[in-house]
Amino acid sequence: MTQIFGEFIEDLPLTEEYLTISFSPSSNARNLRWSNYGLSADFLGDYFATFFPGPSDQTDELGKQEVIKSSVSYIANELLENAIQHSDLSAESPIHISLYLYNTRLVFVVSNSATESKVKRYIEFIQKLLTSDVDQLYTQQLEKTALGYGGSHMGLLTMINDYAARFGWKFEPSLSQPEVVKVVVMAHLDV
Amino acid sequence: MEITTKDYSVWYDPEKAAVFFKGFLRLDGMEAYQPIINILNIAAENGPVITLDMKDLEFLNSSGISMLSMFVVSLRNKGNVGLVLKGSNKVLWQTKSLRNLQRLMPSISLELG
Repeated sequence: MTQIFGEFIEDLPLTEEYLTISFSPSSNARNLRWSNYGLSADFLGDYFATFFPGPSDQTDELGKQEVIKSSVSYIANELLENAIQHSDLSAESPIHISLYLYNTRLVFVVSNSATESKVKRYIEFIQKLLTSDVDQLYTQQLEKTALGYGGSHMGLLTMINDYAARFGWKFEPSLSQPEVVKVVVMAHLDV
Repeated sequence: MEITTKDYSVWYDPEKAAVFFKGFLRLDGMEAYQPIINILNIAAENGPVITLDMKDLEFLNSSGISMLSMFVVSLRNKGNVGLVLKGSNKVLWQTKSLRNLQRLMPSISLELG
């Protein structure tokens, strides 16, 4: 059964400016792939920053271009890190990241395949996130992480709390592999 | 004491009682940050106040933020070492995320310049 949470839009409106990068399931060492995801996140940041005004004369504030570049780079990197951490490598499915530019927002869409058990834990956290005060949850999880408990979802929480990103999720069981779930994460960033 | 790779450098200067960070830090999970945590712990042994100078650290992923939070809590639990965080208003992640560490240890002196 397909499950949808948060601000998930099935059919995004058409836009002239979008970009998709796909990563094939690869036998390369994880550290090499990890480095490539970082490079790709930086590329997306540089690419989409060009659609915004350049540096202003003000010397003590970040210009719009720099804010877009750094925000896109951070969010794209965290989304890709999450995708690989949760991916089911045996499913041999690619990871895709798309970024769409609209008048007042950027929309990130990342998809990967995950095992049912990982998806179950992820959905439990999403349900907690959607019914909690994010500010309080952030502090709780920061403390939890600091005490060495893993799985604290700090990537997701920093994107929401620090960058004001809004999220939607779709979980769709694979027809060909019953134990595999296609995960689509959507992040909205007002610009 | 220093770690230098093509992406980043982290080094401890005992005379300044400061750990300096430079470059892009996006390591794969908390475990990968252990060598940096080791440098921070050595610096903390030589208190009473240590400075983390991150003005030249252009990127830190959420695992890196988790590493910093872990270090902050260890200092808080020691109770006798003060912490100064130096950042830059020109680096977005620092303006967004550094002050959150004060939630864990309100006595942190945060200098964003």
